Amino acid sequence: MKQVNRLPEGGRIDRARPLTFSFNGRTCRGYAGDTLASALLANGIRMVGRSFKYHRPRGIMGIGVEEPNAIVQTGAGADTIPGLRATEVELYDGLAAATTRGWPCVNFDLLAVNDFCARLLGAGFYYKTFMAPRFLWRWYEHYLRRASGLGTSPQMPDPDSYEHVNAHCDVLVAGGGPAGLMAALAAAKCGARVIIADEQGEFGGSLLYDTARLNGNPAAEWLRKVLQELARCPEVTLLSRSTVFGYYDHNFLTILERYGDNPGAQDAGGVRQREWRVRAGRVILAQGSHERPLVFPNNDRPGVMLASAVSGYIHRYAVCPGRRGVIFTNNDGAYRTALDLVSAGASVAAIIDCRVEGAGAIAEPLRRSGVEIYQGCVIADVTGRKSVRSVEVVPLSADAGTPAGTAINLDCDLVAMSGGWNPAVHLHSQAGGGNLWDEARNCFVPGATRQEHVSVGACNGSFSLDACLQEGNQAGLDAARACGFEASPFSTPGINQDLTGDARPLQPLWRVPLPRSPHRYPKQFVDYQNDTTVADLHQAVSEGFRNVEHVKRYTALGFGTDQGKLGNINGMALLAECLGKPIADVGTTTFRPPYTAVTFGACAGADVGTLYEPVRKTALHDWHEAAGAEFEVVGQWLRPWYYPGPGEDMRSAVNRECLAARGSLAIMDASTLGKIEVQGPDAPAFLERIYTHNVAGMKPGRCAYGVMLGEDGMVMDDGVMARLGEQHFYLTTTTGGAARVLGWLEQWLQTEWPDLQVYLTSVTERWSTIVLAGPDSRKLLQGMDGDVDFSQAGFPFMAVRSGSLAGFTVRVFRVSFSGELAFEINVESDFAPSLWQTLTEAGERYGITPYGTETMHVLRAEKGFVIVGQDTDGSVSPLDLGMHWLLSKDKDFLGKRSLARPDCQRPDRKQLVGLLIEDGREVSPRPSFRRKPESSHNKHLTEILPEGAQLVEQPGGVPPIPKLGHVSSSYYSACLGRPIALALVSNGRARKGDVIHAALRDGRYIRVRIVSPVFYDPKAERQHAS
Amino acid sequence: MTRQKYSIFSLLRNAVSHNENWRQAWRSPAPRKKYDALIIGGGGHGLATAYYLAKEHGIRNVAVLEKGWIGGGNTGRNTTIVRSNYLWTEAALFYEKSLKLWEGLSRDLNYNVMFSQRGVYNMGHSLQDMRDIERRVGANRLDGIDAEVVMPARIKAAIPMIDISPGARYPILGASLQRRAGVARHDAVAWGFARAADALGVDIIQQCEVTGICRNGSRVTGVESSRGRIEADRIGVVVAGHASVLAQMAGLRLPLESHPLQAYVSEPLKPVLDTVVMSNAVHGYISQSDKGELVVGAGIDAYTGYGQRGSFHTIEHAMQAIIELFPAFSRVRMLRQWGGIVDVAPDACPIIGKTPLQGLYFNCGWGTGGFKATPGSGWAFAHTIARDRPHELNAPFGLERFTTGALIDEHGAAAVAH
Amino acid sequence: MLLIKCPWCGPRDESEFSYGGEADIVRPAEPDALTDEEWADYLFMRSNTRGLHREQWVHEHGCRRWFVLERDTVTYQFTENAT
Repeated sequence: MKQVNRLPEGGRIDRARPLTFSFNGRTCRGYAGDTLASALLANGIRMVGRSFKYHRPRGIMGIGVEEPNAIVQTGAGADTIPGLRATEVELYDGLAAATTRGWPCVNFDLLAVNDFCARLLGAGFYYKTFMAPRFLWRWYEHYLRRASGLGTSPQMPDPDSYEHVNAHCDVLVAGGGPAGLMAALAAAKCGARVIIADEQGEFGGSLLYDTARLNGNPAAEWLRKVLQELARCPEVTLLSRSTVFGYYDHNFLTILERYGDNPGAQDAGGVRQREWRVRAGRVILAQGSHERPLVFPNNDRPGVMLASAVSGYIHRYAVCPGRRGVIFTNNDGAYRTALDLVSAGASVAAIIDCRVEGAGAIAEPLRRSGVEIYQGCVIADVTGRKSVRSVEVVPLSADAGTPAGTAINLDCDLVAMSGGWNPAVHLHSQAGGGNLWDEARNCFVPGATRQEHVSVGACNGSFSLDACLQEGNQAGLDAARACGFEASPFSTPGINQDLTGDARPLQPLWRVPLPRSPHRYPKQFVDYQNDTTVADLHQAVSEGFRNVEHVKRYTALGFGTDQGKLGNINGMALLAECLGKPIADVGTTTFRPPYTAVTFGACAGADVGTLYEPVRKTALHDWHEAAGAEFEVVGQWLRPWYYPGPGEDMRSAVNRECLAARGSLAIMDASTLGKIEVQGPDAPAFLERIYTHNVAGMKPGRCAYGVMLGEDGMVMDDGVMARLGEQHFYLTTTTGGAARVLGWLEQWLQTEWPDLQVYLTSVTERWSTIVLAGPDSRKLLQGMDGDVDFSQAGFPFMAVRSGSLAGFTVRVFRVSFSGELAFEINVESDFAPSLWQTLTEAGERYGITPYGTETMHVLRAEKGFVIVGQDTDGSVSPLDLGMHWLLSKDKDFLGKRSLARPDCQRPDRKQLVGLLIEDGREVSPRPSFRRKPESSHNKHLTEILPEGAQLVEQPGGVPPIPKLGHVSSSYYSACLGRPIALALVSNGRARKGDVIHAALRDGRYIRVRIVSPVFYDPKAERQHAS
Repeated sequence: MTRQKYSIFSLLRNAVSHNENWRQAWRSPAPRKKYDALIIGGGGHGLATAYYLAKEHGIRNVAVLEKGWIGGGNTGRNTTIVRSNYLWTEAALFYEKSLKLWEGLSRDLNYNVMFSQRGVYNMGHSLQDMRDIERRVGANRLDGIDAEVVMPARIKAAIPMIDISPGARYPILGASLQRRAGVARHDAVAWGFARAADALGVDIIQQCEVTGICRNGSRVTGVESSRGRIEADRIGVVVAGHASVLAQMAGLRLPLESHPLQAYVSEPLKPVLDTVVMSNAVHGYISQSDKGELVVGAGIDAYTGYGQRGSFHTIEHAMQAIIELFPAFSRVRMLRQWGGIVDVAPDACPIIGKTPLQGLYFNCGWGTGGFKATPGSGWAFAHTIARDRPHELNAPFGLERFTTGALIDEHGAAAVAH
Repeated sequence: MLLIKCPWCGPRDESEFSYGGEADIVRPAEPDALTDEEWADYLFMRSNTRGLHREQWVHEHGCRRWFVLERDTVTYQFTENAT
């Protein structure tokens, strides 16, 4: 396509670098420096979208983040980006953009039928219908959902990477327009460390298209010099394409830095976007302001634009969006757009100014050049469904309350409107600052705040360039001073701007007054993207939605992707009008972060995929991998689950491992156990309060099994406690509980018993733990070099010894989680692989077999040993586990008092028991249930109860069926030749021998007998083996 | 006080009259001096309580006192998940009652609350997660609640965008699914209950902050408010987040801590997620609204706070969790984030019942899971206030349990407590 | 992301700390002497103050020391030099 609207010269585009792009499949051309929006306008493309509810044709309205209509999807495949504003997309060669709304296409949208039955679709219509019949709602909803959405999610994983950067600065300046640059310069000159961020690709803000002169030079010249000066300051960080999007507590701000939207746009490190997390001493907000649209019938026709956007496109991009423009304004500012249009060679059909007295000096040159100025007039309608064709102009009555007099029609293809300006108070509000309605300036301005920031320039309601520079300068100096720098004032540049002499004040015009209710006229849009009209606001108020938040939620005002930047203040004012209240009393809705949308990826940073959470591996991990282990994820750890041999499935591998441990010798890596050393003169007294058992009675060189309770009396963790010396203890914790237990101990020590002299050290990773289990374990160890006496007399059960073993310095614990004769050998982790190697080689003659967590679980379940977190769940007390013997009566310990509460003493509490499948036959509540009797007999020998299965008294019944408990652990026991299970059963200990039923999800019930949880070696002879 | 009935016909009728004749959904009366019952808190739970007091118990001389605007607290700030697949029977039966009320709520209230039963998946990422899922699903089925265990292939079929690759940091091993669970339109719930309660005679009084609870000995007699003294000998307090503040006015202490809870939405997208996905292991839950926004809930912030805002790293963690589950959403953009205040009880279960003061009732401690309970909570609380004793469904949720130790430990049982 | 002043390490980001809840809850010296109500009060009841709140923090990923700060639970501002 031809760039029909491109001006022959001017603009900040690079005409030497033409670019080709496509829009909805049509090939178009633009230049480097264009945005997609400016290029579309240059190519004369008017329709860029359809509205949310009525599917009305829409054109580009703004030039920046306020744009509600031109929402596009760029790219394809994994690179696609949904929901971008065309005004923010920097044009690149090969860009493929498509509109996100309209079906089948934006030019012909079948759902535009909504516009013709719009009266059925007023505010909140969906709350009033689609209620019957009930099941049809999902059907209606399906179509409502299909009609929604701005763009399509990528379907493939994001190929790009993102990162976070943490930064500290004295002064953070948000916004790189005149006020922000001036502030940054002032602060930087004092020596402050400054970060200045601007959302656009180029710094300058309004200076990029301002016709004013600074110190006699074009604005761009001053801009260039300031940027050079800032770049020379070593303590200044200039971030372009960087939006300060969040202002959180304690002066913590977040910035999204981008590298463009083209595929492959990234920094040298391959980062597409970066989230800066900045802690700032002082913050200067200089985000500028957004122009307000005017509200009048059909004010959404493609070709109706913000006046400042028209000027911006002309000056910055050398694009004149129309040939024959009409200006509609309530202030002097938009007259400059008329001048810009004239200078761009377009004609100005008329200026419609609602003020009877019109504008000041700026009107003169326009009058002289023959532009008609209709003072005291408004636009009462716009024609042209897909592109503006004409406007209807009517004079207002003397009190400006209603239109009066005859309407005239003016042909035009562009309406440039201005209803004044809204300071961008977003970050100020996010920081907790209030907003005040300023009657004179006709806008909300920042009020008091609780954080260390100040607003300057247009976002402070100071709209003149001179005021922006002055305020920025002062704020920069003040901020530097507050951060302890010596401030040396310097002057701001002098401004020359024509025709600003006697500007007349703005006259509020929240909507074009109409003789009858707004429902009776073509739609007057307040929020363009969400199709919220004046009539909707009126209806909401008449239905009793009077609070601004209610109105917002009922009408969807401000819920679009511009988050109300364009329409909200008009909406608030119109609500005030409806309620007959001052705008100040209505207030604003809450300004929520982010200021503009932020990719999930940037918020997540690098901590995704393999870096989502660290994977912890033991020092022996490589050996396990080489041995072909399957791994289980346990918290952050990867643990060997089982070691399948050739052709083995999990069951047979585990059976083999179990039998080796029971029959000869097996070896396991238990290094993930948490390990804590406790030292100090008060260590015994401290542990006495933590553990339930008697610690004082333990002699050095002895170990004990210990549980610790929460203060609520429930089991929190368990492990082995070893007394290495009078004042030196060593604790193990569960794999998942290591950090929690250490924190728990520290908390009690520091906050409750600071008088105790005790020191805690985590040694989890310093020591690796190798478990040798099986009747041959002693023989193996005795056959190795070393000075540890492994004989029964020298090393009894529950003893700990230090010494050397095969040349390694080790600490050996004779404890057993398998019920076999077993030794847990701790060795410094660096040496663990070679000790493991030594042991496995030496153990070959005993058929040493490595085993994983699954076998460990089977072995311990055969012995009725619990796993905290599997057989307990935070509602299980040691009494429930039958650990009465472990609870000292002679002392207080954490959680003891709670065990005396009535609920903890109930006889029907769920208690740890064992379960055996009673017979192979499944019992069905329904006799007709299909069974396979011929196979069930064999099946029962190997089929295990599902872990988690609920237990009930009898099959069948009417819900809610009382539950007796659940299966917490369930395995096939190779050495017993049958399945076994541990369970928590109500009053279970007293019910040994009873038959109850496991209710399976598939409807079957399995008869199970309650037995002792100790299935194997009930007298514990094997672990004591001599 | 006849209510204008909403239907396609009322829409048509009002379309003909240019939508100028809609009646107000509820009145804005001045408070009277005395009511039979006061409900403090005009969120979903408070409005539901008033509605069921009027509807089920004939107590219509009721006022709902709301400090700000109705539905402005957690009702309007949550991620709208409704489900009943709780582990413990006490909780499950209570939430199931609520779910049943949800199923008929739009018609009951004559207000489309857009309850959409698109199912809720709770992902399991470890063997222990799968044990817990097996246990919970089994319990649900015995309690008469629909529940299934689904394996990764079926999860992938239902949720094409999810990553079920075994190589993921926390691979998905399976999930529990409750098909009758879903989401609803949060604002509509408050508005629907308000309109229906108003039609039954309940006064909804906004901008009315309770500043004191008046008592005569151990009986309550009314409240002091920013709009004067209002008498009533039955007062129900339903002020999520602020329960401890109101308790203090009555001289009570509660086992609660109020924390920030945050959520965010993406820009609206074409339908891409048809159900609700929750994951305890990675701490995130996500659904897609009818408008197309991905609605994501984060974990609670560690510190206590009444500021309706939390810390940004909590949002960042939730982002990481969502990308872990849905790597393709990395390029989607967050449009808006916000926070609410949740009061959390030690066992992550609510407190609904009587207090040591005669005539004073508390309904609080909903933690992160209050929205789904809205109708059930109102229904049970109305019963408790009307009869001066709890219904059997909420009897286990009394304050006494903290003394006896009979906690209903949804936390400890590792069920997702949202 | 609060900025928390560790008395030993100085101001650090919140992510280095863990929150320890309400301060000044003293474990009863003789739990067995308490009624169930008194024990429950210690165990579960909290002031949950809206406003100035004395609370415990631990510099978990730093010096691992516990300390008490006063913070306004509405504005989230810490009180300087509170004891």
